[in-house]
Amino acid sequence: MATSQGVDTKPLSPHVQIWKWHWTMAASISHRVSGCALYVGTVLLAAWIISAATGPEAYALVEAFMLSWFGRLVLFGFTAAVTYHFANGIRHLIWDGPGLAFSPGAASFVSFLNFLFAIAVTIGIWLFAYYV
Amino acid sequence: MSQSLRTPASQVRGLGAAREGTDHYIKQRVTAIALIFLVPWFIGSALIAAKGGYNSVIEWMAHPLNAVLLILLLGAAFYHMRLGMQVVVEDYIAKVSSRQALLILNTFVVTGLFVATSLSVLKVWFATG
Repeated sequence: MATSQGVDTKPLSPHVQIWKWHWTMAASISHRVSGCALYVGTVLLAAWIISAATGPEAYALVEAFMLSWFGRLVLFGFTAAVTYHFANGIRHLIWDGPGLAFSPGAASFVSFLNFLFAIAVTIGIWLFAYYV
Repeated sequence: MSQSLRTPASQVRGLGAAREGTDHYIKQRVTAIALIFLVPWFIGSALIAAKGGYNSVIEWMAHPLNAVLLILLLGAAFYHMRLGMQVVVEDYIAKVSSRQALLILNTFVVTGLFVATSLSVLKVWFATG
């Protein structure tokens, strides 16, 4: 409703700049960003499978890229995106199914745990890749 | 009778304004549940195979269990990707022509990659296994 000064007193939708950064917000944005990253990264997974079916020479090209410093960087990012999207995806399923951890405190804590899970499991997978 | 403006037929069909009801929501989650099992299997199994180089990867892919699980992973992942990217495009691309073009491109990319990768797995399986 407009006041006498013509100022609308109804609550406004918050703008991007005045959102207070919080865990559930970061978790939600990261879910979408990691999902998009996985979409692009899956092209590398597809190249790996198709090259294996094509022959040793084609496979050697893809393998050489994956083992280069840039390829390792891409794969590391891919691993981080997979582990994060995996953890946060389970959080969404728990919200949709049993409906647990919906209170602000619990939701924030679980969001924080998702990042912790992603970091720990990504490091774990790479240690496994190098030392096993 | 409720005060709803929706017709009784619309309420019974349960398809809502977008005419697809909970179809997208359920498919996104069913593929997600499949991926909870398939992704950890793939990371562990493929990592060990890839460390052994080309011959090891072929041997791994030609094993019937691995071939079946890999194709299941590809099906669930590409379907999940298509649904996810669809929502991202619908959220951010306001111009109708661009939006429709990107939605079609999304379907083409995902279908193309699924066909190419799953046929590759079958080729290795049938040629070797």
